[in-house]
Amino acid sequence: MKLNSFDGYDIGMFFDEMFFLNGKTREGYETFREELERMSKEELLDKQHAAERTLHSMGITFNVYSEGQGIERIMPIDIIPRIIAKKEWTALEKGLIQRVTALNLFIDDVYNEQRILKDGVIPRHVVESSKGFLKPCMGLKPPKDRWCHITGTDLIRDDKGEFLVLEDNLRCPSGVSYMLENREILKKSYPQIFERMDIQHVSNYPIRLLEMLQYISGKSNPRVVVLTPGIYNSAYFEHSYLAQQMGVELVESSDLIVSNGRVKMRTTKGFETVDVIYRRIDDTFLDAKAFNPQSLIGVDGIFDVYKSGRIALANAPGTGIADDKVVYAYVPRIIRYYLDEEPLLNNVHTYICEEKEDCKYVLDNIEQLVVKEANEAGGYGMLIGPKSTKDECSEFRKRIQNNPRNYIAQPTISLSRVPTIVEEDFEGRHVDLRPYILYGEKVEVIPGGLTRVALRKGSLVVNSSQGGGSKDTWVLD
Amino acid sequence: MLSRVANSIYWMNRYVERAENYARFMGVTFNLILDLPPGGQQQWEPMLLASGDNHLFYKHYDKPAPENVLRFISFDPNNPNAVLSCLYKARENARSIREIISKEMWEHLNQFYHRIRELSGKKKWNMDNWQDFFSEVKMGSQLFFGIIDSTITRNEGWHFGRLGRYIERADKTSRFIDVKYFILLPETDFVGSNYDQLQWSAVLKSVSAFNMYRQTHRSINPSEIVEFLVLGREFPRSIYYCLQQAELSLKKIQSDAPLGRPAVKLLGKLLSHLEYSDVNDIFVFGLHEYLDNFQLSLNKVGDAVFDAYFALKPVSESAGTGEQ
Repeated sequence: MKLNSFDGYDIGMFFDEMFFLNGKTREGYETFREELERMSKEELLDKQHAAERTLHSMGITFNVYSEGQGIERIMPIDIIPRIIAKKEWTALEKGLIQRVTALNLFIDDVYNEQRILKDGVIPRHVVESSKGFLKPCMGLKPPKDRWCHITGTDLIRDDKGEFLVLEDNLRCPSGVSYMLENREILKKSYPQIFERMDIQHVSNYPIRLLEMLQYISGKSNPRVVVLTPGIYNSAYFEHSYLAQQMGVELVESSDLIVSNGRVKMRTTKGFETVDVIYRRIDDTFLDAKAFNPQSLIGVDGIFDVYKSGRIALANAPGTGIADDKVVYAYVPRIIRYYLDEEPLLNNVHTYICEEKEDCKYVLDNIEQLVVKEANEAGGYGMLIGPKSTKDECSEFRKRIQNNPRNYIAQPTISLSRVPTIVEEDFEGRHVDLRPYILYGEKVEVIPGGLTRVALRKGSLVVNSSQGGGSKDTWVLD
Repeated sequence: MLSRVANSIYWMNRYVERAENYARFMGVTFNLILDLPPGGQQQWEPMLLASGDNHLFYKHYDKPAPENVLRFISFDPNNPNAVLSCLYKARENARSIREIISKEMWEHLNQFYHRIRELSGKKKWNMDNWQDFFSEVKMGSQLFFGIIDSTITRNEGWHFGRLGRYIERADKTSRFIDVKYFILLPETDFVGSNYDQLQWSAVLKSVSAFNMYRQTHRSINPSEIVEFLVLGREFPRSIYYCLQQAELSLKKIQSDAPLGRPAVKLLGKLLSHLEYSDVNDIFVFGLHEYLDNFQLSLNKVGDAVFDAYFALKPVSESAGTGEQ
């Protein structure tokens, strides 16, 4: 019987989450390593296969639709967890609370007094030319002054081990169902390890989410619903799962109607008033009358009801302004402006092509940089300099010169790695981290998150559509 | 309960029941053909006529050759009532209400659909393959309803499911009986002959009623069979029984909502009409005409259910709640 061993594990040139350069185990991983090395290889592989089977039978899938026949794929899981020691987490948590607090103030400000623009901290046209800036939201005061109720911030860890913010997702961050299910699966895989280690639990996320949604309604027993674009949406499983876990209705736009100044849903007993909507459709699709006239998945007139304060929406429409990648570059200044504090969590160093010097640098060094369009997500509209051809680089140079407002650039960062089961051994694979932050009465960070892992050797792309998987994230207490 | 959810539960049940009944249709047709004297032409058209799928069939095929009809009923994507189409739609409905139904229901329906879809790719079929296929569909459907029975809370959703299933079943039983009307006997003398009796037995078998019928009736005779399948109070596929069960669920659903009154009224009328009919009335009226009328009335019940629970219009709402 062969036991698991990390003796031959190669850390490479990267920051490894589990090991120091000299091969010593990092804080938080000691007990896990000890338990794992007491286990036979076969046992570990059995656990890995059992986890994959569970994913299939639980139906934790995302959809790939072709020719009208539904195919559901799973996002693979690797059962070696990503562990975050308490001290590290506490720092991260503070940084995220600071960031979300500031972003909420920023969004409130740009749609109301616009002090930050008047004071010249961010150029006015950067905000006003953003696709995420929704004019109809000017003058809005959402319930309890909360705009970004649910945030999923993407973090990476560089070669020195510093956590950096890569992206803020303030519209409809997804993936939280994987965080919840991964934990359920790992509890089955390692009951004895869970017994020995003090791992903070995440399973009450749906309850926290529901409490937050109830809080923003201001009513004592509000009717809360989850709004989904429908079964053809790739995250449909998550919408359905969250509704089920919260014990609220999952609605599609055709279930809702605006009547007598309220949002109502069609039930078998007639129309019932809805108080809070956790929307999982993009804000510009919410209401064809107010925003995108092409939207077929919205509810006509819902925005008027929102303005009159008779419905709460999470997240509020308009939060997309803070997802703009150029606005992102200004977040450190936003934090200083509103909170008069130094940012606790840094951005990845970002060149703003609109600023002359930065632009010159980007054009001169494009081969070493990652260039991103301001309003794209999910790896679209991107140039990864070191992996691109000369033609692609000069194409992007042209695009930047034509519309500098629309581009930022960042140095290529080599993400940290975590040991991952590859065939029968452990190999390092790159990971990122998406913690989830709720903002109801106060800002709270769920102690865990979704760790995405690039399963292909050498790959830095963690997206599930491109060979990405996930790991459970253990935050220690 | 959301109207859309109720609608999905209702149709998920109807579609699975429909798939099962089409499998049964094929069963009855096989039985009837095998019981006819050899040498005669195989009659696959009657089942198309009885199920009402004949118009669509002739849009895509020239003649009701066995292979054509079997493909059409089982897998043809042009046929919305094909077994595969029914299961696809049942599964899509289930997918849209996964947070409402039980895990086992979803898993079974999902596997059931994928299994049938896989079979649809098979190129070469001989007759006993088809017979196995239809019994697999029947089993899959019965298992589905068994799972519902043992995993679902007896709430409003449960009753919408039963309502759908029994309305669908009542309609299909009436069509099984009608197949006999469309089957041509080789000669008129055959009426009342052995062949005639064999065919009536085949009808009984297609709804799994042969044994149950035999326990209470001595002879195979058309009037008693029709009585058993239309007016029978105890057999779970008889039209009367199905409507009685449908009414039971509809009343539970309707209990405190004014919306459902028209549907309850229509169903109640239809049921009491059956209750006070006897089998001679049916034959005097004409069996085929009677079944035809019945199907039309049942459709109206279905429409009324749709209007009451699934298709709420905002206009009726303002009138109903008195809000300003």
